[in-house]
Amino acid sequence: MGLIAAALEERGIRTVCLSTFEPIMKQVQPPRWLAVPYPLGFPLGLPQRPELQNRILRRAFRLLEEPGPGPVHQELDPEAEA
Amino acid sequence: MATVSDLSLKERLWYHRYRFRKVNPLPWQASGPALKRCKVATVTTAGVHLPDNPPFEKVKGGDYSYRMIPRDTPLNSLVCTHPSGAWDRSGVEADRNLALPLDRLRSLAEAGEIGEVAPWHVSFQGSITAPLRLVRQTAPEVAQSLVHDGVDLVILTPV
Repeated sequence: MGLIAAALEERGIRTVCLSTFEPIMKQVQPPRWLAVPYPLGFPLGLPQRPELQNRILRRAFRLLEEPGPGPVHQELDPEAEA
Repeated sequence: MATVSDLSLKERLWYHRYRFRKVNPLPWQASGPALKRCKVATVTTAGVHLPDNPPFEKVKGGDYSYRMIPRDTPLNSLVCTHPSGAWDRSGVEADRNLALPLDRLRSLAEAGEIGEVAPWHVSFQGSITAPLRLVRQTAPEVAQSLVHDGVDLVILTPV
């Protein structure tokens, strides 16, 4: 996903990556990524939980406020975001 | 949060041997419209697609192709043909928004929190261990297509 993010940023599109697997993200280092504390395959949290999913997206959007340069990495705290 | 110990033995061996590619220098688009004016797209590696699209294939090095998904697609119509067993697909099968959060983006656009949902969204499959053709061909094609659509921001959802 880091390679796709790079292709987008090179062409002027900002990206934010939602990742449940920090070990790979730390090696790949996409420009902006939010560590999401859910299992592999659950980057938006839990199924049929629209409010949780919206909170994760809103938290991801906040990475756009970081001035850079990247990589910018933050972690989602579900309790703090509730 | 998943850890390396969550992987199967085969996947752990792959993880420890594989040389992940890091882009250097890292591209960084510093500026863009305010969020409430952004046109937002999603790119996932969950291997989901329209039912009449060809499935993703289990090929050596990984299938580097992609599928385009229009904005108004009913998410329940999407199928998942990602060939890897490395991730738990039960969540995506129960709610495609976990991979391609189009319902969420629609609601955020209706609430005025984002500008609009982009007309097209994209699915790759992950597990591409030989990414040369992804880097040279398909990732640039997708990026150019999203530029053409006037996309300002992409949410990436690897699985």
